[in-house]
Amino acid sequence: MMCREEHDPRGADQAVFAALLEDSAEELYESAPCGYLSTLMDGTIAKINATLLGWLGRERAAVVGRMRFSDLLTVGGRLYHETHFAPLLRMQGEISGIALEIRQADGGRVPVLVSSVVKHGSTGEPLLIRTTVFDARDRRAYEEELLRGRKVAEEARRQAEADRARLQDALAVLQQALLPDALPPIPGVETASYYHTASPDRLGGDFYDVFPIDGKRFGFFLGDVCGKGPRAAAVTSLTRYTLRAAALHDPDPVSALTTLNKVLHERYAGEGDPRFCTVVFGVLEPDAATGQTAVHLASGGHPPALVLRADGTAGFLPTPGGLLVGILPAAPFATATTVLTAGDTLLLYTDGLTEARTGEGRARLYGDEALLSFVTDHAGERPPDVIHALTELLRGFGDGLDDDTALLALGVPAPGTETKHTI
Amino acid sequence: MDVARRNNVTVTGNPQGPAVLLAHGFGCDQNMWRSTVPALVEDYRVVLFDYVGSGRSDPSAFVPDRYASLEGYARDVVEVCEALDLRDAAFVGHSVSAMIGVLAADMAPERIGALVMVAPSPRYIDDEDYRGGFSAQDIDELLDALESNYLGWSAVMAPVIMGNADRPELGEELKNSFCATDPDMARVFARTTFLSDSRDDLKRVRVPTLVLDCTNDAIAPREVGAFVHRSIPGSTLVTLDATGHCPHMSAPEATNEAITRFLAGLR
Repeated sequence: MMCREEHDPRGADQAVFAALLEDSAEELYESAPCGYLSTLMDGTIAKINATLLGWLGRERAAVVGRMRFSDLLTVGGRLYHETHFAPLLRMQGEISGIALEIRQADGGRVPVLVSSVVKHGSTGEPLLIRTTVFDARDRRAYEEELLRGRKVAEEARRQAEADRARLQDALAVLQQALLPDALPPIPGVETASYYHTASPDRLGGDFYDVFPIDGKRFGFFLGDVCGKGPRAAAVTSLTRYTLRAAALHDPDPVSALTTLNKVLHERYAGEGDPRFCTVVFGVLEPDAATGQTAVHLASGGHPPALVLRADGTAGFLPTPGGLLVGILPAAPFATATTVLTAGDTLLLYTDGLTEARTGEGRARLYGDEALLSFVTDHAGERPPDVIHALTELLRGFGDGLDDDTALLALGVPAPGTETKHTI
Repeated sequence: MDVARRNNVTVTGNPQGPAVLLAHGFGCDQNMWRSTVPALVEDYRVVLFDYVGSGRSDPSAFVPDRYASLEGYARDVVEVCEALDLRDAAFVGHSVSAMIGVLAADMAPERIGALVMVAPSPRYIDDEDYRGGFSAQDIDELLDALESNYLGWSAVMAPVIMGNADRPELGEELKNSFCATDPDMARVFARTTFLSDSRDDLKRVRVPTLVLDCTNDAIAPREVGAFVHRSIPGSTLVTLDATGHCPHMSAPEATNEAITRFLAGLR
């Protein structure tokens, strides 16, 4: 029992509580853990507590009736007080949590948070302003850290945006080195193309081109470099210019691919980083007299071209047995020949189209048969319309289209038909 | 461009009366004229607006380059006058707006026929013999104070503050939001205001001008008011018995009386 009485919590509480009751309102005001002051409406200090006087390092007699609230602030704080604090207090009758600094008598500064409320008289006229001042040294140090952090982050963001813009400009220039801006006009032949890059920097591993060889023949090619992104793009560039140069020297499709094979193999195989591509290379020979265009092409491991006929039929132009370009020192390539007459179109594409996902699993890839069926429906249409239809098809794949994709259509327009779309 | 929306233009008072523009200074918006408007509505067509970057102006219209000089703000004034086709309007400008009014009157003399300059200062920073009252360092301190008090500004509050008066459920959060401004825009206005030097522009004023200063103004002391009065030929100086930089709020009766007496004398 003795022990219990000594540790009776209720007994101890009562003693403290009694002591608190003896703490006078005056004592509570003067020694409160925050600064108190009351001013006239013009800011003249009428009453101030000991806590705040202590922070200021000033005597009561030097402050009361002699200083205004704004005199306690730094000059910058005074400007803020006059332009923000005072007008807001007038309008709202109260203001809270404003960060300011008070000046101490010895020149030091104390960051504080200030709240004020206007006391009104019985008829509603403003009488005086009551203000509390909280020591905010720790809090302000923390907030300044935050502000500093935010400034650093903003600067980093600005820098990153500038870098990105610069990089995008550079990429745009590089991109132009990979693909033709526009296809050259070919007498009696209409062309259209489409290009999609899977990589966000718009550098792709698919490529195509159409270019004049001599007065009557035009070269064309479309292919796919292994991989995606910048590393694939580097190979794409080498491939494009090698094929163009090779064709000027010897436009025979197999010769051009053989040259490309040598260049790629020599460039990459020795480095333990083999890079290869699949490609269809061909030559168009329009004949103004007959209105027909002869096509000679060779393929190195590329999906077969499609021929869409004016009569509404379509079929693959098989090129079996051609090997990937660049993987072996010497490679065989398969050739094919066809003639395009009015209303016929030759369509080249990369496997981004046929391997687009239309569902889960390997079986749910778009596939050759679906493509043949789709283009059969568009046989007889002019190249821009065929490309337009395929572009819509690709768009419909949404996320299922996750590889680079290139399309190139070359056709002999039938007289009297009109192109519905411009690509 | 919809100037009325951009500058949150409010027109009130007597549609047949002469036009009076009330232009707020740095740190607030057209709300600060609420004790002035009642004294004018009977006889005058009263036009209130917010500068772009202040109050409920259209934040998307803020172009930092344009508002890095007082001329940019003066163009706001001229465009408001043009949108309402005001002629010979009296321009009442508080603080930095007094100087903006001087520039606007110079740009479009046919639009502005009289100036009331409330607590004006053409130059805040001391310069050789000239006493503006502040050093460049003081202005940096103000920018710091601005910065410290924008911690509460957030992406969430911004749309509320920048003009969504039709959402009363946010009323409690709107505390302290009178005069709230996007911190980046406020910083531009603060720099433009306190680093400008418009002393030479005062000499070009050709319209009747009333200069109002206060007995005790920490921002525009009496010697600055006297300088403005001295520099504008034919101007009238009235010193209001008021403490602080906003006599139209702290001593509205005396301020209104001085303004209305001056305006009545123009007719």
